[in-house]
Amino acid sequence: MMKKLTPLLEWGTLLLSTGAVCFFLVVILWDLISKGAPSLSWEFVSTLPRAGMTKGGILPAIIGTVLLTMITALVAAPFGICCAIYLNEYAADNWLTRIIRACIRNLAGVPSIIYGLFGLALFVQGLHMGTSLISAGLTLGLLSLPYIIITTEEALRRIPASTREAALAIGATQLESIRDVVLPSAVPGMLTGLVLTLSRAAGETAPILFTGVAFYINNPSGYLNQEFMSLPYHLYMLSTQHQAIEQVRPLAYGTALVLIIVVFLLNLTAFYIRYKHSKDE
Amino acid sequence: MSDQIKLSAKDVNLWFGSKQVLKHINISFPKNEITAMIGPSGCGKSTLLRSFNRMHDLSPDARIEGKFALDNLDLYQKGLSVTQVRSRIGMVFQKANPFPKSIYENINYGLAINDVPKADRPGIVENALRESYLWDEVKDELQKPATRLSGGQQQRLCIARAVALRPEVILMDEPCSALDPVSTAKIEELIVKLKKDYTIVIVTHNMQQAQRTADKTVFMYLGEVIEHDTTDNIFNHPKNELTANYVKGHFG
Repeated sequence: MMKKLTPLLEWGTLLLSTGAVCFFLVVILWDLISKGAPSLSWEFVSTLPRAGMTKGGILPAIIGTVLLTMITALVAAPFGICCAIYLNEYAADNWLTRIIRACIRNLAGVPSIIYGLFGLALFVQGLHMGTSLISAGLTLGLLSLPYIIITTEEALRRIPASTREAALAIGATQLESIRDVVLPSAVPGMLTGLVLTLSRAAGETAPILFTGVAFYINNPSGYLNQEFMSLPYHLYMLSTQHQAIEQVRPLAYGTALVLIIVVFLLNLTAFYIRYKHSKDE
Repeated sequence: MSDQIKLSAKDVNLWFGSKQVLKHINISFPKNEITAMIGPSGCGKSTLLRSFNRMHDLSPDARIEGKFALDNLDLYQKGLSVTQVRSRIGMVFQKANPFPKSIYENINYGLAINDVPKADRPGIVENALRESYLWDEVKDELQKPATRLSGGQQQRLCIARAVALRPEVILMDEPCSALDPVSTAKIEELIVKLKKDYTIVIVTHNMQQAQRTADKTVFMYLGEVIEHDTTDNIFNHPKNELTANYVKGHFG
């Protein structure tokens, strides 16, 4: 009797866990879509806020978030990928490397508000960049670095030694073997890590709070030295700081939905690249 | 002429960390012959094979003593680039490891990094595929990803990739161990045909394969060369008792 029951129990537990995860995802999405969709319109995503942000759109926040994410990627991806290549392909397995790796893992666990304060001290004040898009982008870049390093290293570690040897055996240098064979094979894994990291960065509020995000700006210039609006902060502001909270609630839901859509588009891009890659193999 | 020595190792000792894997190896491989290296797992035959094209260079805990030579060239001499060594000594691995590129690119890539003039490459690619008896099977789909080929085709592509660089020696590390009998037969046939242009050293666990393909056979045990003779002598008139037991399948 027990012999028959145990697998059923195991199966049930696993299914229940999966079900619970999906259930909460569906509830959150349903809540967002049902309350946010009525606010969505072309006007909402293409105009500035009006009348003390009780009317109008969220264009500056969308532009801000997109630019910010791009700067984060430009800062974090090259450094992170190079660092991961060094750690996985070149660094000897000694105590120094192990300390570096432990530091990176610890950095990934540092609360994001700490990064915000660090960015304030280093970029805004120390380097006199002021509260600006570039300060916030650099801060988010720092926050993203450890994740990108860890996920890239993981992707590189999955490439078997025989792939590297294949290139070396026909006279490739180590650099050529990494550039032409190892990295192309690791692209799907690296991309997944990069997109997850950027999705997280796009939704961060704490690190940009002191480093460049603005309550309201009436002309989104996109200049690096200007303050900017961003979707997560706009959402926070609309839901807790606005003087007419009840009135702007639909706008808050709309903003949340747009943020989700931006992140979703990011994931879709990665999905498409991975799909194309797997078809080429 | 056929007894001219192509590749040799003299007084070779090799350690991984504190473990000695190769002990006092003295061995030579004649030109245009196939030599099989047999022995139980862990006897050091793959390690020895990989020493010739310096595949241990990137293992920090490997320490090598002794002299390896291709003709009269000291393979470990200062100032000799490892890429140069590897373009003269090709290698085929246990598991087919084509690049994640098209069939054409798999061969073309080696030509590109070895600075073969661009205009010559298409001809060399075709020729290499013909030499590996793969041309007729893939000529219409050269742009297809190499990973879509069957295991046996992939391994022949890896041989084509090595052959395309016109090496003098081809090292093969159990090239058929992951293949079915039909693919194995094709590769063995290919190996025997390649003999007229190349010196081949093949590590194998398959006694029949050694007998079918090799002119000479080396039996290794616990990091030492126990016996090195013609294949016929090793299998039918072994001088050493260990060899006799091993080829009869009493251990291994």
